Parts: sequence; structure tokens; C-alpha cells
Amino acid sequence: MNPAAFYPSATDYLRFLPELILTIGGVLLLVLEALTGDHKDKTALGYAAVAVVLGAMFAVPVALANPGASFNGMIVSDGFAAFFRMVTLLVGLFTLLCSTSYLSREKANSGEFYLLVLFSLAGQGIMAASNELIMVFLGLEIASISSYVLAGFLRDDKRGSESALKYFLLGSFATAFLLYGVSWIYGVTGVTNLTAIRAALAAGTSAPSMVVAAAALMLIGLAFKVSAAPFQVWAPDVYQGAPAPVSGFLSAGPKAAAFAVFLRIFQTSFDSLAPRYEPVLWILALGTMFIGNFSALWQSNVKRMLAYSSIAHAGYVLVAVTTNSNVGTAAAMFYLAAYALMNYGAFAAITHLAGRGEAHVTIDDLKGLAAKQPVLAGLFTVCLLSLTGVPLTAGFFGKFYIFKAAIDNHLYWLSALGLLNSAIAAYYYLRLLAAMYMHEPQTTDHPEPIPGGIQLTLWVSAAGILALGVFPGLVLDYANRFATFVK
Amino acid sequence: MNLLAILLLLPLLGFALALLLPAALTRRFVLGFSLLIFAVSLLLIGTTTQSPAGMTWVTDTAWIDTPAIRFHIGVDGASLWLVILSAFLIPLAAFISQRTIVHRQKEFYAYLLLLEFGLIGVFCSLDLFLYYVFWEVVLVPMYFLIGIWGGERRIYAATKFFVYTMAGSMLMLVAILYIYTKAGTFDLPAILLHMEAGKVAFTQAEELALFLAFFLAFAVKVPIFPLHTWLPDAYAEAPTAATFLMAAVMSKMGTYSLLRFNLTLFPRASHDCAPWIVTLAVIGIVYGALVALVQPNMKRLVAYSSISHLGFVVLGLFSGNQFGLDGAVYQMLCHAISTGALFILIGYLQERQQSLAIADFGGLATPAPHLATVFLIATLASIGLPLLNNFVGEFLILQGAAQANIWWAAFAALGVVLSACYMLWFYQRTFFGESRGATPDLRPAEWLAVTPLLVLMLWMGIFTQTWLPGISASNKVLLERPASKIALQVAK
Repeated sequence: MNPAAFYPSATDYLRFLPELILTIGGVLLLVLEALTGDHKDKTALGYAAVAVVLGAMFAVPVALANPGASFNGMIVSDGFAAFFRMVTLLVGLFTLLCSTSYLSREKANSGEFYLLVLFSLAGQGIMAASNELIMVFLGLEIASISSYVLAGFLRDDKRGSESALKYFLLGSFATAFLLYGVSWIYGVTGVTNLTAIRAALAAGTSAPSMVVAAAALMLIGLAFKVSAAPFQVWAPDVYQGAPAPVSGFLSAGPKAAAFAVFLRIFQTSFDSLAPRYEPVLWILALGTMFIGNFSALWQSNVKRMLAYSSIAHAGYVLVAVTTNSNVGTAAAMFYLAAYALMNYGAFAAITHLAGRGEAHVTIDDLKGLAAKQPVLAGLFTVCLLSLTGVPLTAGFFGKFYIFKAAIDNHLYWLSALGLLNSAIAAYYYLRLLAAMYMHEPQTTDHPEPIPGGIQLTLWVSAAGILALGVFPGLVLDYANRFATFVK
Repeated sequence: MNLLAILLLLPLLGFALALLLPAALTRRFVLGFSLLIFAVSLLLIGTTTQSPAGMTWVTDTAWIDTPAIRFHIGVDGASLWLVILSAFLIPLAAFISQRTIVHRQKEFYAYLLLLEFGLIGVFCSLDLFLYYVFWEVVLVPMYFLIGIWGGERRIYAATKFFVYTMAGSMLMLVAILYIYTKAGTFDLPAILLHMEAGKVAFTQAEELALFLAFFLAFAVKVPIFPLHTWLPDAYAEAPTAATFLMAAVMSKMGTYSLLRFNLTLFPRASHDCAPWIVTLAVIGIVYGALVALVQPNMKRLVAYSSISHLGFVVLGLFSGNQFGLDGAVYQMLCHAISTGALFILIGYLQERQQSLAIADFGGLATPAPHLATVFLIATLASIGLPLLNNFVGEFLILQGAAQANIWWAAFAALGVVLSACYMLWFYQRTFFGESRGATPDLRPAEWLAVTPLLVLMLWMGIFTQTWLPGISASNKVLLERPASKIALQVAK
């Protein structure tokens, strides 16, 4: 390799700007945290982290304005990457907004929380933009390791510790699968760059069975990360045990990033294997929807129910992935953006309602909410209706577009079964609505005021859900334009 | 801006305003605002009745670019009256709830306007996607109306209603998407043009599958036997206003959609399936009547009678001739008025005795003669006495059915006989016999609510010329489309 080309150019840094800002911001926060010493209230650091995320959000268009591969093709800045960077950053922003009050309430307000969120976001950004299996692995590890710590951030909470441990063990296991797959691919083709792998596979010199085995290993690793059945068992325990704002973060952010990687690898590198993996994805998608929805039916803990629901929603996105088409990719992108809004909105409501020590997270605790706090109930309802898939919400259009892509690609049975699934799902979302609106309050205690950060999150997500439900073009046009990968 | 588009968007605006207004004002605001909407809806009549055969008041603008979804609405002779019916019944529902809905008034009245938005949308959408949106939007306010203000088992009934209907409509969504992949558009008139020009053609198997997917959704909504099991629960548990609206307008969403989509888009499959569907309809007619006969609960009694009457509408639709279709559309309106009136009156009875069991009533005619008279008129209208509205609709339907197959008419006529049995027996047990003490007669406000319905019963029974020509003209267009002409010639 020409040594001159080895040194990155200024444009390379621009293409990597969001992650740079996040990393530098995170390190600065680390130093600040140490400098502020034992000072009790670290909320200011939370606001600093919000500023860093906003900065990274402004850097995303800058990166997009300089499209192309950088750092010798390790990172690629394209519309697809920008989209997922934006989605994960939005989820990160919500998380920070909801965490400041949460951590004060739980008396765990230390600055590490905020910088872990920033590092995790940096990892997710790298995943979204990586064009290289090694970078995929690096991004995944940065994102995951920070998330493991976040899941167990409340050290004294038993469930939190269990959650973190499970997440760590199973997550590492999944990463090992992925890494094993990467090493096979490298062994077979001699390259790790996604486009180069594609070229190598097209040349047809490598043993097909080994390539399939490698793809299967990577599929398992990624299926773990997006919590697709039968690799979903960790998700309910982890989401239930983790602090509520972190559960929201984990179920929306890293999942979106993992889907970005999923789409990019399978449509760029393994495109030629599509006929082979399509039936596998078909079963995976259907199983994920069924297991998620049917398990959610029986839950009485809202966090656990939302965990199962997030598995089911991963199933819907997998339907879009199964189509292996540009329309499908655009549908998945739209859905993940919609999902980030509606799911985080729901978790934001739970974060507030759970109360100190997250003592109130069952459906019974929601009873009579509409009478006590009508605005909170209304915003929560918008999120739940969107998760159900009622028209004029983003969730409906997302589902509609996914199944449209599926029918375009002749997946009739998968569409019919998937849509019937969403009717089943209506049942458990309705249970929450029924509790909020149709039961009398169980306690008469005065509701606590909603912290500003959570209010902001709820309003932004509800407004986003309705805006995307009525004018999906706002995001869909963008998704359609950038759903094609550089091949 | 187009008047119909304004009419469609007004309820949504009203809903938003109702949420923002202070709670004390909502009731009066919604009542006034829905009357305003009704007044606006009446302005549609002139233009549409002049050319009822085609679509009038059409608005057709792009809504979403990819996939191409249009905001395409319009009314013809058949849908005009259903739009006006919706606009007419919402203020009535608001009015009759004044005394019964005491807690959480603000939400209640706001939901009524959201419901109106969905209902009007369903009846005037000409784009399949747009139509589906409204179809589902209707579910949400009705779910809350049943679940919050309903009876003891309200949550069960509301959930059953929502999940049942949603599951039914999912396959319709698949069918809509399939049509899109074939035709490249969701626009109903455009699809019909493509089909006529031969650019879009479905094989027999495809057409049958699509037909059934649509049919399932509508059959749940109507409901057609054996998909009716959600109805008695929902009707019986819902508050009076919601039962009234479900029976009067929401069931018409199903029958209207059968006409607008199944018969129009899939004439061949409609013809092939007609014997089976008519069989179900006739079973529904007789079954509904027989169950109504033994109901101890008056709300459930009228709910089952509704299943029976709606069987007539389906029978008319699938007779596939002018009489049948005209009768079906006419009966949709008649059933709305007469069954709506019955549910309102039952609400009044419930208010007086705090019970719905027929056994708790008796001899009401003595203390409450006005109530008894009004109830009798509604009962007779429901039975189908000549000069009252249902007679015209059922007569036309039976004539159409007889033209198609005399046996269909013979069995369906059994339903008319049975309806006289269960309604008169119900009336006798409630109003005659020993009086059980003082019961207040109709109050002025109650008179005000039922009078327009009584007037309509007579008007629709005597001056059919007000309504039928427009309905006939739009049905004629459907029957004379080349595809229907061949397919809908039902074998004698």
C-alpha cells in the first residue's frame, strides 16, 4: 500500500466527525467528572452530555456532505450511515434527557452514566458507518461494553446486576459467534472489506459451503444482537432488570445499529447467498413475531411486556430484511426510526411512573392514570397506539410499508401471518390502555410532577409519531433515496 | 376548498378544540359543533342529487409520494346519505348522553367527534389506503367509548370488539397491498379504469382470494353469521350513545364497503360466492331472530334483532340486481333510524328502572303513555309495517332476492314473521300487564331527541322518492359496468 494514502486526509475526519465529537466529548466528561470531585449533584454533566449529542447530531449532515469511504475504506459515510447515526443519536438524546431526573431519584447521580451513553453512541455510530468486518466488530464491542455497564448501573439493585451479568455473558457469546464468522470469511476470501468480500464471492473461487457456514455464524451473532428468535431469551430479563431509561436505550439504539450492520453486510457482501438465507430469515422473522407477541400477552410487568413487544417489533423489521430489496431496506429504516420514537416514548413514561426504586411497574400501577395525569396518559397512549399500529401514527405506516415490501417480493404468507400477529399484539397494548382509562385509580396519592427532560422526550416522540403518521414522506423519501448500498 | 373535504376535516378540528377547551364547556361545544357539521353536510345534497350516478364533490390531491397514495374523496347517490347519516346521528348521540354521561364528560364528547371523523372518512374515501386509515381510526374512539362508559363487563367487551375487528381487517390490508402490486395504485376509480381497459386482470383464484380477504373484514364489521359473537357483548355493554352509533352507523361501514369494494372490484367472485354468502345471511336472519326471541335482556334482544336485519341487507347486496341493491342501501338507512331509535328508547327505560332485564319491567303504558306510543312506533317500524321505513327496504330486498332465487326470499321472509313475534312479545311484556308504580313519561328533551327519528321513519316509509332515485342511479352504474353485467346475472 502506498504510505501516502495511509495517512487520513482532512475529509476522512469530517466523515468520521459525529463519532469524533462523541469520543472527545466523552473523554472530556470523564476528566470533568474527576475534577468535580465528590460534589453530589452531577446533573450538569448530563446537560453537557446532551450538548455533546446535539453537537454530534449537527455533525451528521457534515459527514453526509462529504460522502465516500475513509480511512482506507474502513468507514463509509453515506446516507444510510447518516440515517442510523441520527436514529441512534436521537435515542441517546432521549436517554440522557430521561436519565438526569431518574438518577437523582435513585440517588445514583454520577457522571460515568452520561459518558457511558456517549461511548455507546460512538460505538453505534461506528457500526452504522462501518464498511469493514473489523470495524463492525470494534463498533459492536464499544457499544456493547458500555451498554453492559449501563444495564447494571444501579449496583445495589439485584435485578440490575442480574440484568448486566446476563447481558454481558450472552452478549459476549453472540459477539464470539460474529467474530468466528468474521475469521472464517477472512480465511476463505482473505479480505474483510465488505465490498471486497462481495467481489471475492462473485469470483467464485472460494468454497461455497465454507462461505455459507461463515454467513450463518455471523447471522447468529447478529440475530442475538437484534433479539431475534430463537436468540431472544436474554432480552426480557435484561430490559426488565436494567434501569428504565437504559431499557429504552437498549431496546431502540443498539438494536437499530445492529440492524444497520445486518442490512449492510447481508446486502453488500452476501448478496449472492440471498436465495440461501432467505428461507432462514423467513422462519426467523415469523418465529420472532410469534414468540414476542405471544409471550407479551401474559406479562403483568410493563417493562417486561415492552421487552417482549420489542422482540416482536424486531420480527417486523426482519420481515423487511427478508425481502432483500431496496424497498425493504427503506421500510426497515423507516420502521426503526418510528420504533425509536414510539418505544422510547413508552419507556420515558414508564421511567416516570415507576417511581423510586422502580416499585410501580405493573399494569395495576397504571390504573386510573388518565384521571390523575391526563396529559401523561395521552402522550403514552399515542406511543402505545403507534406500537399497536393504528393508522395516522408512525407505527402504522412503518408496518404498512414493511408489508408492502414483503408483498412486492411475493412473501404473501409471511405478510398475512405477520399482520395477524399485529392484531394479537393489539391485545396486550390494549391492556395498558384499559388500565389507564377504564379503571379507577387505586391510590389517592398526589401524582409527582413530571421532570422536564421526560416531558420533553414524551412531547417530541408523540409529535414525531403523529407527524410521521400523517406525512411519512418526511423520513421515507430520505430512506428510499439512501436504501441502495454501494455495491 | 371543497365542501366535502371541509366536512371531513371539521370533526378532526373539533376534536382538537374539544381537547383544548375547559372541561365545563366541552359538552355544549361538541353539541353545537356537531350540529354545525350536520348543517354543512346538508349542503352536499343539492349537487349530488342532481348527478347521483357519478362522484361529486371530488377532492383528489397527492398525499404521500411513495407509494403513491392520494387524498381522494367524493360521494355519489349511495354514499351521500350515509355521510349525512353520520353527521346527523353524532349530535343526536351527544344530545341523548347529557343525562347519562356524568363523569369524564370532556373525553366522551371529544371521542364522539373523532368517531365522526372516521365515519365520514370511510363513507367518502376513494383511495384504498385512505379508506383503510379511516376504517381503523373508527376503532379507537369506539374502544374508549365502550371501555370507559360501558357496563360491568365493559373492558372485556371493548377489547373483544377491538381485537376482533382489527384481526378481520388485517387480511384486507394484505389484499389492498396485493392490488397495489398489480395495479400500481391505491386509487379506486383508477383501478376500475385499469380493469375495464384490461390493463389489470385477476385470475379467478386471485379474485376469489382478494374477495374473501375483503369480505372477512366486512363480515366481522356487519356482522355476518358466524362472525357476530363480538356484537352482543359490545352492544350490551356499551353506553347508550355508543350502542346507538354502533348499530346505526358502524354496521353500515361493513355493508357499504361490501357494495363499494367487493361488488365493484370483484363482480365475478361476488357472483360465484353469492349462494354461500346468501346462505349465511339467511341463517343470520333466522338465527338472530330466534335468539332475540329468548333474550331476557332488552339490549341484547335488539342487538340480535340487528343481526337479523343486517342479514337482509347482505341478502339484498348479493341478490345482484337493481331491486336488491336499492333495497339494501335503503335498508341501511332505515335500519339506522329504527334500530337507533330503539336503542335510544331502551336507554331511556334503563335510566328509569336501572335495569335492562325485561322481567324488571311491565305495565309501563299506564304511567308513561307517550313513551309507550313512541316505543310502539319504533317497534312497528322495526317489524316492517307498511308506511314505515323498514317496510320499503325489506320489500325491495325480498323482491330482489325473489328475482334471483325464490327460495332465498322464502326463507328470508321467515325473518320478517319472527321479527313481529319477538318485538311484539317484548313490547307486551314491557308496556302491558300490571303497572309497577310511577315511571316518569318522556321529558321534553327526550321528545326532542326522538322526534326527528319518528319523522324520518314516516318520511322514509311514505316519500321514498326523496331518497331512492339517487341510490338507484349509483347502483345502476355499478350494475351496468361491463364486468358486472356479465358476472352479476345470477342464475335463476
